[in-house]
Amino acid sequence: MSRKIVVGFDGSDASVRALDFAISRAQAQGDNILIAHVLEWSPYSFLTAAEVEERHRRRKEELQRAEVAILTPIVKRVEDAGIPCATTLRYGHIAETLCRIAKDEGAAMIFIGRMGDSGFASRIFGSVAATLAQVAPVPVVIVP
Amino acid sequence: MKTRITAATLAALAAGPAAAQGIDETVNQIFANSTGWFVSLIFSNFPGTTFPWIVGWLVVAATVFTLYFGFIQVRAFGHALALVRGDYSDPNDAGEVSHFQALTTALSGTVGLGNIAGVAVAIGIGGPGATFWMILAGLLGMASKFTECTLGVKYRNEYADGTVSGGPMYYMVKGFAERGLPGGKILAVLFAIFCILGSFGGGNMFQANQAHAQISNVVGAYPGWITGVVMAIIVFLVIVGGLKSIARVTEKVVPFMAAIYVGTALIIIVMNYDMIGTAFSQIFVGAFTNDGVVGGMIGALIQGFRRAAFSNEAGVGSAAIAHSAVRTKEPATEGFVSLLEPFIDTVVICTMTALVIIITGQLISDPATGLFVLNEAGTQIQTVTGNSGVALTSDAFSSAFGWFRYILVVAVVLFAFSTMISWSYYGLKAWTFLFGEGQTKELVFKVIFCLFVVIGASAGLDPVIDFSDAAIFAMAVVNIIALYLLMPIVKAEMNSYLARLKSGQIRKYD
Repeated sequence: MSRKIVVGFDGSDASVRALDFAISRAQAQGDNILIAHVLEWSPYSFLTAAEVEERHRRRKEELQRAEVAILTPIVKRVEDAGIPCATTLRYGHIAETLCRIAKDEGAAMIFIGRMGDSGFASRIFGSVAATLAQVAPVPVVIVP
Repeated sequence: MKTRITAATLAALAAGPAAAQGIDETVNQIFANSTGWFVSLIFSNFPGTTFPWIVGWLVVAATVFTLYFGFIQVRAFGHALALVRGDYSDPNDAGEVSHFQALTTALSGTVGLGNIAGVAVAIGIGGPGATFWMILAGLLGMASKFTECTLGVKYRNEYADGTVSGGPMYYMVKGFAERGLPGGKILAVLFAIFCILGSFGGGNMFQANQAHAQISNVVGAYPGWITGVVMAIIVFLVIVGGLKSIARVTEKVVPFMAAIYVGTALIIIVMNYDMIGTAFSQIFVGAFTNDGVVGGMIGALIQGFRRAAFSNEAGVGSAAIAHSAVRTKEPATEGFVSLLEPFIDTVVICTMTALVIIITGQLISDPATGLFVLNEAGTQIQTVTGNSGVALTSDAFSSAFGWFRYILVVAVVLFAFSTMISWSYYGLKAWTFLFGEGQTKELVFKVIFCLFVVIGASAGLDPVIDFSDAAIFAMAVVNIIALYLLMPIVKAEMNSYLARLKSGQIRKYD
């Protein structure tokens, strides 16, 4: 049976490596790929009145930009490799949203790249890879 | 008094500061002369009494809305919290403005100097009893806020590019037309004019004025126009130059400042726990008896109501502008969320300030009679340091923690700044309603707005505070007329929403 694997993709080099690795696994095992692009967003951040007014327009622009600049070009790459592919575009906390997507879609695995920040910042703020490793409902593949 | 003595000393020492002080006084004089008639019109008393009609107007309205909507502020309080928590937010709408963000944005326009300086003014004149009336006005005001914000969302304009314009101007025009009432357009124009004045007054000059008072209270007296020019340049950079980073930093720091402020107030109150009983008895006794304050019991009532209205802006219409930009399918939800604002602003934060001033014993009373002692002019209760306004709050807090005065300076400047940014938006919306949208037109407003920052910081406290109040209350005069005429529409919205909530048609997302 064909399984679905979620690839967290943000257009960075690391996420491209994760996608390439996911493609090679999917080819070997006959899986299909769901490319998930999550735009960082917290409903608890603070906005000015002018930002509130523009929010809906900005959101439309951001979604369109992500679709055109990030998702559309990469779908072709996956499909050329002969893998069935779908995309999803969400707002939210990145690790939490990837977990929710995996659960909702009944995915078998999550693939993500890591930025390789070993320094002070990721100790304080945590990293998406580390959080996912802790909380994901399915196995996580972290591609360096 | 302190300021004037220092100024005189400086004048004797050097000609430069003397000339600078001269600018301040000229500005003050021109300002007082040109706004005096407007102030006396708004604050004239009911014939034969000393009760300003405008205060009655606000309280009667808040009471009418409270009764008409069946104590909605009590019934919907829990649901409002659930909305803010996001329990009812569709995850697919993530990335749109959340209820929490709508609430905090509107709050950043109201939580500010009203809570720090305004309360001190009220207590300084009306005594501890003013606190009681302030809290009552805050609780009643929740219903006014609910009414105006529901209407704001219902009758906003949505444009093709996804932006939204709303506020009392729009519900006056569209709501009146829908109900077949005349005069909507006239009310809307009047409201827009008063809103522009309010954005120059309470939303701007009062803020600049008290920010300057607080800075000079800590670093020593210096001419107000210097603070004014510096603040005006920063405001200019944000609202004209689009320097979002400053606004963003402020928006993030302000909530922490508010938390530090309330936290410190709580610590001071707990430290003086033996005084809590006395403070509350002073608040209650002062509310209903003559404890020697200016104007007696009625004086306490007037001050409490006046400062509460100025602080939480319920019935003024400003929050309706802020909330109407939120994307929601249900106008009633914004109404519910907005009724939390007077609660947080007045019932929680203002009361903290009042308790700290009372508990730390800033007001001087006669030990023999127990009555408060007035100053020589009979306009204010004597305080330990002789200060009033924000300086009085500063004295109260720093009597417990000496370092707090420095935190308070930062808090006051940031609160002032965030309130100015919010009000520049409200004023701009009124301006574009009158004159249409367009870059040049908007620039003209923004430049005038910045000029008023300088005037506000330069003028003395009294003319500025009077004009600030007058302009903001003038908005309430027009807005509340519209609220009375449109309140059946709000009731229909509310009943329909609550029925669907009860039947489970509107439910939580997990």
